[in-house]
Amino acid sequence: MSKVLFEGQEYQCEPDESVLDCLIRQGVSVNYSCKAGVCQSCMMVAVEGEPTPTSQVGIKETLKAQNHFLICSCVPVTDMQVATPDRAGSSFDTTVLSRDKLSADVIQLRLARPENYDYLPGQFLNLTNDTGVTRSYSLASVPELDDFLELHIRHVPDGLVSSWVAEKLQTGDTVTISQAAGQCSYLPGREAQSLLLIGTGTGLAPLVGIVRDALQQRHSGPIHLYHGSSTPEGLYLVAELLAMDEANAVFHYHPCVSQGTPSQGMQPGRAADMALADFAQLSGWRVFLCGREDMVKTVQKKSFLAGASMQDIFADPFVDSAGAGATPPQYQSGF
Amino acid sequence: MSDALFDRLGGEAAVNAAVDIFYRKVLADDRISRFFDGVDMDKQAAKQKAFLTMAFGGPNNYTGEDMRKGHAHLVERGLNDSHFDAVVENLGATLKELGVADDLIGEVAAIAETTRNDVLGK
Repeated sequence: MSKVLFEGQEYQCEPDESVLDCLIRQGVSVNYSCKAGVCQSCMMVAVEGEPTPTSQVGIKETLKAQNHFLICSCVPVTDMQVATPDRAGSSFDTTVLSRDKLSADVIQLRLARPENYDYLPGQFLNLTNDTGVTRSYSLASVPELDDFLELHIRHVPDGLVSSWVAEKLQTGDTVTISQAAGQCSYLPGREAQSLLLIGTGTGLAPLVGIVRDALQQRHSGPIHLYHGSSTPEGLYLVAELLAMDEANAVFHYHPCVSQGTPSQGMQPGRAADMALADFAQLSGWRVFLCGREDMVKTVQKKSFLAGASMQDIFADPFVDSAGAGATPPQYQSGF
Repeated sequence: MSDALFDRLGGEAAVNAAVDIFYRKVLADDRISRFFDGVDMDKQAAKQKAFLTMAFGGPNNYTGEDMRKGHAHLVERGLNDSHFDAVVENLGATLKELGVADDLIGEVAAIAETTRNDVLGK
């Protein structure tokens, strides 16, 4: 069994216990969110001892080289000394530019884009509230088109961060955000490929960023965006997306409503079902899936069986760690 | 026929060509698809690639012990010889689809066969 040295204290790991679980169990307050190696909010630096390869999956090469790793995904094989990374390098203070409602429960939050803040549309960042609680939200903005960062935040009743955004945050306030992370983005090349994007709820945010990015990079193949909600009121940015559909020959917007009576122009059913019914053969397609984890995982498999290559399926499941023990939900990318 | 099997099959490019086809066949096979329910597909695809590299006679770090540990939870859920046979069958069908000659398919199947006892925890 390995020992973990953190801030001058030694902690004994149980067999098969991650560094994060070891610290939590022994009452150490550390930053974390998804506990699944996705959000990167628990990233630390190994000062002594080797991080396991699994705990460095998805981390930027530059950070890997500096022994950064995710403590939620590291069951130590040797004794380790760990430290929190230099805050200046991984977080940014920025200003709230605007806060508007996109629907009854979705807030559009625009933040000033800090100098040297690099990101790809479709990536997410971590937003920290006034009591230090962190949640991940996807970026809907595009660096080449927008001088702000845009997030779509679903107001969850009792949500620690979303309620703070909805009820307390004011234009001009300073907030702390992390570097952007995530693999669900449009990469240039193969511009004639067909693109299928399926999202539920605020899974629309990264997809809007990806579509706008693909269009500004002059993607020439058809781009089909399916956005689903249970009710017509749950869909948002409908007018804007219809206008984009009008203005761009390659872009096709498919709003879908799974319950009740859809409004005119909306497809009756779940977004993923509608998309896979319209396009049963996905060989050669690039597929982007964002939203509820169960939807994303199911459709990832269906898309693959329908012929899409694993390399061409980009999935961003909004992980909800509720039920992962006694800890409250720590990661709600918008739902 | 003195070259290594891996090179005769076409090396890593052959593995890359085979991995999607093989994984898709396995997932679509009702005899075995349930063993893949709920897995992380990206991680699973990486595992399939490692397996194919090994079965193609390429570089690998597989040990019998890894095979036992990696499949023990599936053996508990009923993984047996019939499922192993189904995987080997899908492997053969994949290579056939890629136009690989029957004698080479036989060599690949023979390598896969060497893992049977470890995979099934015998």
